[in-house]
Amino acid sequence: MEKFVQVERVGQTFDTKKGKFVALRDIDLTIKQGEFIALIGHSGCGKSTLLNLIAGLTKPTTGVLLLEDREIAGPGPERAVVFQNHSLLPWLTCFENVYLAVERVFGEKEGKAKLKERTAAAINLVGLDHASAKYPNEISGGMKQRVGIARALSMQPKVLLMDEPFGALDALTRAKLQDELMKICEATKATTVMVTHDVDEAVLLSDRIVMMTNGPAATIGEILEVKLPRPRHRLTLAHDADYIGYRAAVLEFLYEKQAHVEKLAA
Amino acid sequence: MSAFTMDGDFGVKTPVDRNKSSSPVIQVVTEPAKEIKMEKVATLPAGEIGTPFAVKLANFGRAVLPPVLGMLILLGIWYIATMKGGSIPGPVKTWDAATVLFADPFYRNGPNDQGIGWNILSSLQRVGIGFGFAALVGIPLGFILGRSAFLSAMVNPIISLLRPVSPLAWLPIGLLVFQKADPAATYTIFICSIWPMIMNTAQGVQRVPQDYLNVARVLALSEWKVVTKILFPAVLPYMLTGIRLSIGTAWLVIVAAEMLTGGVGIGFWVWDEWNNLKVEHIIIAIFVIGIVGLVLEQALIMLARKLTKESA
Repeated sequence: MEKFVQVERVGQTFDTKKGKFVALRDIDLTIKQGEFIALIGHSGCGKSTLLNLIAGLTKPTTGVLLLEDREIAGPGPERAVVFQNHSLLPWLTCFENVYLAVERVFGEKEGKAKLKERTAAAINLVGLDHASAKYPNEISGGMKQRVGIARALSMQPKVLLMDEPFGALDALTRAKLQDELMKICEATKATTVMVTHDVDEAVLLSDRIVMMTNGPAATIGEILEVKLPRPRHRLTLAHDADYIGYRAAVLEFLYEKQAHVEKLAA
Repeated sequence: MSAFTMDGDFGVKTPVDRNKSSSPVIQVVTEPAKEIKMEKVATLPAGEIGTPFAVKLANFGRAVLPPVLGMLILLGIWYIATMKGGSIPGPVKTWDAATVLFADPFYRNGPNDQGIGWNILSSLQRVGIGFGFAALVGIPLGFILGRSAFLSAMVNPIISLLRPVSPLAWLPIGLLVFQKADPAATYTIFICSIWPMIMNTAQGVQRVPQDYLNVARVLALSEWKVVTKILFPAVLPYMLTGIRLSIGTAWLVIVAAEMLTGGVGIGFWVWDEWNNLKVEHIIIAIFVIGIVGLVLEQALIMLARKLTKESA
């Protein structure tokens, strides 16, 4: 489907104590089914705001967002979110955290055994069989984030939304999870939108990189199509001329074209 | 999240904003924290030198010695202060009276002369009933107030007005309504227990992290699931704090209430012994009230630790 997610003339204004604050303006974006999109930009450019709009957690001030030609009116399990800080419920085990989502989505049609099977399969997908019965505070940050991904994937969402999912992790764990995510996305053909500020992550994972201008009143500056063949391997790509070129293009956008406001903000 | 970001947020707070603080602030905070950590690391090994048994003994001594010493000093001062005689009995006389008293704590010689065991139990029963009703009303009310800003704004002035009122001021109203001493005392306990429970529960509900509520919204959980899987476990520690504060106040108030209402109960017993001028019994009662209060408090702390351990 060519027009799976449509963002049309979307603007977002917040009422603050100092008056109106225009976070986003004139956002137009169409996402194909199965596509992997990265939203990149400096902090405060509203990339998370855009993600929240697609999730339906906030409503746009102007414009409209559509999924399969239907307006996104609120949050729902068909647009699963992987939160920046994992947001697992600390009083539930990893299994129970995922089960809560599975039960909500499939509970009406399927029996308990089938629901448990689904939960176990989602946990297996992220390689956490051994930690299934553990509580979130008993596992590492990377494992928590994997449970968050398992929870999102277990709902078989139409769109997977990820808000800087690996931002809080160390570089090695991050690389490992990126590789896993690539495999999962190839296997499930999930349509994914990921907010990131990591240039390598964006180039490695994405089909298209949506680069946002600096806020306030941020909008889409450029969209870079990443035509690297899949499956991609980070080691081979490190010396790949195309990869280096894409990387340079994103860096150029971030540090030359959008550098000036950053200096003011710093 | 801050190490590789170029954070420069604009201070916009939306419901879904996850407290992004700018990185310079974080750096300022982390530096003193590091120093403290290093100190801790430096001092820790010093305590671990020696055999495990010797360490355990030393730790035990450190934990037990100060409280025991404190008690001995208290007894010493009491002993010296009452040595010359006078109306206040000394520790020895009080101890002798206590051994007699506790030899038969459960005797009954008519309604106004019963063993100290019965008196304690009837006080505990009043506290239990009043406190139980307060929990039944206060905790759900706290949940409702925490969830609804409108109701909260409506009820908060009333709570603020009534909360500082001594529960004993309600006693005449209770006597008038119930026409009996016993339910009036229970009702006084109800009144004084309910405020901490409402307020702590409501505060807990308001402090449920927005992240958890966002999870609930994305999963589109039913209100029942939101309450049982997210709100209740998140609020439980606050609720238990409310319960602990309530039971502390309730135990304080019951003694005073029973002095006024009479009947059977530790408060009434104190007053009765004052009328009989058995001062050593009053001192025993002070210790008994203190110990029961301590046990109640500790039991609730243990319960809280067990429940929150399971849920944390």
